Amino acid sequence: MTTQTKRSILNRPERPYVHPYFGGMILGIILFLALLFTGNGLGSSGATSRIDALIVDTISPSHVDNNPYLLKMAGGDKNPMDDWIVPVFFGALLGGFTSGAFNGRLKFMTTKGPNITNRTRWLMAFLGGVIFLYGARMARGCTSGQALTGGTTLSAGSWLVMFAIFGGAYGLAYFVRKLWN
Amino acid sequence: MNFPIPSLIAVSAANPWTYLIFGLVGFAFGFTLEMSGFGDSRKLAAQFYFTELTVLKVMFTAIVTAMVLLFGAVGLGILDFSQVWVNTTYIWSGVLGGLIMGVGFIIGGFCPTTSLASASTGKIDGMLFMLGGFVGAFLFGETEQYFTNWYNNAGYYGRLTLDQVFGIPVGVVVVLVILMALFMFWGAEQLERIFGKKDLSKEPKLRIVGAGALFVAAVAVMLIGSPSLEDKYNKVKFTRTETIPQLNADPIINTYIYSPDQMLEKRLVHITPAEAFKAKYNQIMNPIYLDVRSEAEYNLYHVEDAVNVPLDRIDEIVPLLISEPPANSVFIVMGNDETVATKAWKLLVGSGVTNSYILEGGVNNWIAFFGTEDKALQPNPNAGDDELGYIFPAALGSNYESCSPNPIEYEELEFEAKIVLQIKRDKSGGGCG
Repeated sequence: MTTQTKRSILNRPERPYVHPYFGGMILGIILFLALLFTGNGLGSSGATSRIDALIVDTISPSHVDNNPYLLKMAGGDKNPMDDWIVPVFFGALLGGFTSGAFNGRLKFMTTKGPNITNRTRWLMAFLGGVIFLYGARMARGCTSGQALTGGTTLSAGSWLVMFAIFGGAYGLAYFVRKLWN
Repeated sequence: MNFPIPSLIAVSAANPWTYLIFGLVGFAFGFTLEMSGFGDSRKLAAQFYFTELTVLKVMFTAIVTAMVLLFGAVGLGILDFSQVWVNTTYIWSGVLGGLIMGVGFIIGGFCPTTSLASASTGKIDGMLFMLGGFVGAFLFGETEQYFTNWYNNAGYYGRLTLDQVFGIPVGVVVVLVILMALFMFWGAEQLERIFGKKDLSKEPKLRIVGAGALFVAAVAVMLIGSPSLEDKYNKVKFTRTETIPQLNADPIINTYIYSPDQMLEKRLVHITPAEAFKAKYNQIMNPIYLDVRSEAEYNLYHVEDAVNVPLDRIDEIVPLLISEPPANSVFIVMGNDETVATKAWKLLVGSGVTNSYILEGGVNNWIAFFGTEDKALQPNPNAGDDELGYIFPAALGSNYESCSPNPIEYEELEFEAKIVLQIKRDKSGGGCG
């Protein structure tokens, strides 16, 4: 064990995932502490938009000036990175990596259903990402910012968004079952 | 101590450690998602084929745990709920966006934050989902202009919570949500038994204890209830500083903390018509004039741009006042004199509306200051306390000359500035939006 740990964080024995109710309880306490101390909850999709805005602003500032949606985040003396969600985003990447390292789950691999090729899975993951974030920006938040955080603060709109997410996924699940089963 | 902590509400380059705090929040978030198994798309997708309902279990356990703690803290008066970001309600963009997200979820196998947990542990599909996310968010930014009106207005209700929708106390909603969640957990386990061939007898017995504890906590939250408006009003604190210049030395700055009643007594929230008028031309602030008189009096005469909100309807607009206008908004309440305006001010302060002030002497004083040359307005010698002190030839609303004083004529106005802008939260930056 010890020699393995010393050799590489990539070679740790893989440990099982925590029980869902336990994981959920820890997540709930984190969410509560975030709301208590900062008045903000959790989120990430807002940061994706902001990083996009930063890239557009770097490549073509005039494009930002002609786009009211981007102007809310960039342009003028605004720095798209000046928002709490940006450090949360990068923190989450680091936190995921650290948990993976501690639990022996750092591995280059593709998680997919048994009946599709890696290539199909990669294409679908990319496509899913495009679709999901398009919807997340339209709904002003994703599963974290709307469903989790808004659900906790009892926001009426967030509960609608949450049911819509599950509705959309369950509605389509049967038709794409080949991807996963 | 009062939560949330004002300096932690937004990140700012002036307080670099705010980045660290939010970074830590994110770190804990990502860590928990990964250790719950959300780095693996199969675990997430299984939710939608009823074989493994980890997504629902983790998500709803997190929601109910955080909810009980949150409304417990609010009920005990530790946490000021008006300072907690509540996602604003946009029905139609929310529902359509949610359905689109559902499609992305089942095709891509992740949601945005779980893709971070996945990508950071080396999963190639997680990385590609994340990359696709950047493209999707970019496409939204490029196409938003074609439906911007719908996006920003359709089914917009501002800061709206479920207790307001159903007209029941928030504690009751908490209990109902927890009962619903416990029922869903039970259902989820049955589905896992049937579709996932899972042996439920191997599940820890502790989860039954947890469910019981959660329910008891929810009932406690319901019994504690929400703090009354009066409690919240008495907890509000105002900070005022006084600078005393010194000869050949740095000025002495004294800081005072006042309660709302002390602010009224010392008349620190009563601003003169001159200051109220000049606020309009001050780049730093965004004044909003709230006329709390009856509609009839408002129609007779009101200050230009004033919004009519009779006293008994103030509570209806409070959610909008908190979520809607820019953070540098200053609310100037006006009555005929000050009696009704003071009541309205107390309601606003108790409800957590920051930067609220009272127009000194009300509309009567405004006319006395700006309308002396308006021959159409005759003083009414029979006017009682807090009644309009003038007789108007017609209900012209804001069309009398003194309703909108000429900014050039009144360019030089002397007044003792009492507005101290307090910016607690950047509204546009809240939530995921």
